[in-house]
Amino acid sequence: MGVNDVPDLSAGTSVPIIQARSLRPPGDTDYMPTQGGGILTTTVEQMAAWGRANSIWPALFGLACCAIEMMAMSAPRWDLARFGAEVFRASPRQSDLMIVAGRLSTKMAPVLRQVYDQMPDPKWVISMGACASTGGVFNNYAIVQGVDQIVPVDVYVPGCPPTPDMLMYGFTMLQDKIKAGLPPASDVYLSGRGV
Amino acid sequence: MRPGDAAEALREHFGDTVTDVSHFRGEATALVDRVAVVDVAGFCKEGLGFDFLVDLTCVDWLDREPRFDVVYHLLSSSDWQRLRLKLHTDPDVSVPSVSGVWGAANWAEREVFDLFGVEFENHPDLRRLLLPDGWTGHPLRKDYPQSQITLPRPRGDKTFE
Amino acid sequence: MVATEQTERRGETMILNMGPQHPSTHGVLRLLLELDGETVISVTPDIGYLHTGIEKTGERLKYQQAITLTDRMGYLDNMLDELAYVLAVEKLLGIDVPERVKWVRVLFSELERISSHCVWIGTHALDLGALSMFMYAFRDREMVLDIKELVSGVRMMTSYFRVGGLMADLPADFEPKVREFLRTMPGRIDDYEELLTRNELFVERTKGIGVIPTETAINMGCSGPTIRASGLPYDLRKQTPYSGYDNFDFETVLGQNGDVYDRFLCRVGEMRQSLRIVEQALEGMPDGPWRIDDRKIAYPPKDEIVTSMESLIHHFKLFTEGLKPPAGEVYNAIEGARGEMGYYVVSDGSGKPYRFHMRAPSFYNLQALPLMAHRYLVSDIIAIIGSIDIVLGEVDR
Repeated sequence: MGVNDVPDLSAGTSVPIIQARSLRPPGDTDYMPTQGGGILTTTVEQMAAWGRANSIWPALFGLACCAIEMMAMSAPRWDLARFGAEVFRASPRQSDLMIVAGRLSTKMAPVLRQVYDQMPDPKWVISMGACASTGGVFNNYAIVQGVDQIVPVDVYVPGCPPTPDMLMYGFTMLQDKIKAGLPPASDVYLSGRGV
Repeated sequence: MRPGDAAEALREHFGDTVTDVSHFRGEATALVDRVAVVDVAGFCKEGLGFDFLVDLTCVDWLDREPRFDVVYHLLSSSDWQRLRLKLHTDPDVSVPSVSGVWGAANWAEREVFDLFGVEFENHPDLRRLLLPDGWTGHPLRKDYPQSQITLPRPRGDKTFE
Repeated sequence: MVATEQTERRGETMILNMGPQHPSTHGVLRLLLELDGETVISVTPDIGYLHTGIEKTGERLKYQQAITLTDRMGYLDNMLDELAYVLAVEKLLGIDVPERVKWVRVLFSELERISSHCVWIGTHALDLGALSMFMYAFRDREMVLDIKELVSGVRMMTSYFRVGGLMADLPADFEPKVREFLRTMPGRIDDYEELLTRNELFVERTKGIGVIPTETAINMGCSGPTIRASGLPYDLRKQTPYSGYDNFDFETVLGQNGDVYDRFLCRVGEMRQSLRIVEQALEGMPDGPWRIDDRKIAYPPKDEIVTSMESLIHHFKLFTEGLKPPAGEVYNAIEGARGEMGYYVVSDGSGKPYRFHMRAPSFYNLQALPLMAHRYLVSDIIAIIGSIDIVLGEVDR
């Protein structure tokens, strides 16, 4: 392997892992593992995927410092609304994305799961920040070391806190994932729970 | 009133109940007897004018007998002087609550109970504040483990201390 | 008839759970409201949903590393947290920093205060229904974040203040950027006042709401604008000046009635006073070193390390063992954006703090919430929480 070769992270896993666009060599059109062959066979499925990706409504789940950067992302300078996330719904039953923004303490973990369970399918989760992804700076009794111990996660956005443009990039990655027809992590890890 | 005056006035008024007065970096600390803390607190508030309880916390000296230091930081709103009161206690010895003197002590004493296990007598509502109700153990004690994850190393596991 | 039925039914109260996931609780705060119809009989806050064990983690980090934790406690005015901690450690060490460092610290403290109040005004007005206020306030906060990114590379958790000085000197394009900010911000604050101060809806929702008398506030340990709105001049920048604040000319904004509207006026007035301080700091900034010359506390310049053996050893020891203050304890408080922010640091002579405790203003201000909220309506609770301006990271630590 040369120094510019990109390792295939999906090899050996049952879930295709999508690499960031910037890691792919330029001119690579086979960005999504499925775009060559395609999971989305019918035009209806493609249209549904396009619709879902361009109208994701996030649920409010700001916990700590990352929540402020998430609010800044919906503020005029970065303006998430132009990507379709027009409103942050307060009720989980009206939303399809949960951005876990901030550190998850052990007292809050059951609440997180309860809110996640109330969301209707299909639902996606973005784990925003180092604390939500892996526990971050806090390796102690109080913080759950990674929110994926509680809910299945689709996109991990690192940073402490990630700047709004980093989170927005993660959001567009999620949109690409939906448009490619890949199943949300909730279907992969929690299959059998019904639609 | 200079910083040391309040502590001296306290020692004059209470005599042996105030076991020690020390000064460090311009701050005065008065070490008082545990059983008399409510009287001392009342005198500080009414007699010396320390109407603010700024902070109430605890320090765990694991290798010392008595083990815990309960620390009170006071502030006077008339001349903005500060005073620190301290008392010694042990894990199974309870401390009289000063929540009757300063209402601010209510949650602070609950937090000390939650994280250190020090019990306060006559507290209106002594239960855990920050941790879930079913939690066992008192995390800020020095014998409670520091980290949650241990990283595997080539020459043996190492806990990330 | 309806009135008599309601009078007979009095005596049945309902417990309503608000949060921890709720748009208006400014974080993960859970409130148990006991309601009699729409009137609130009692409010019981249930905190701990953001408890992070920062004080425990601080005991295994060195003094310099713990600065990163202080940022994450009060994440809206994080440089003020850093300042309180750094001043506490410097007090413990018994050192004094150069004049330039003090002035830079004051400048950034006031910029941080403005940024925190921008978030406050945006979210408070958003809770009360003024959505556009949120957009304006966050747009203006971006100017302060750009300045922070210029000096430290990070928008929020800067770790710019270090023990004995700063992380690095101010860059060359710092002054024009701050001047630009000083030119535009007063007009923006005028816009906020035009939108809200005499707005009938806003005044109707905030005047006379959430009143707390001064004695009760003192008893509960309130500080900051929450108690300054009741008339007590509790401003540590004036009463016990630190870091050179006595060189600056500014006023403490006081209120009279202690209600939500007065707290609003106090904070907006504070934003204007902070702009005055920033201008004075920029005008009178002294030249000089940006950290003290003591090699056991502040690491030596990089070019000295390759030429001097002692510098190399100092650098090595500082980063492996940490700076070692004498054994003792210190409590240092500053005026944070929400009130008295203090750090109680106990040292046992080693490179790590033995006890690392923060006195959070929001913890004590929130404790006074049940006293402020008695006998008001549910929608008033939203206004009151916004006016106390809590940050759950501080409350739960």
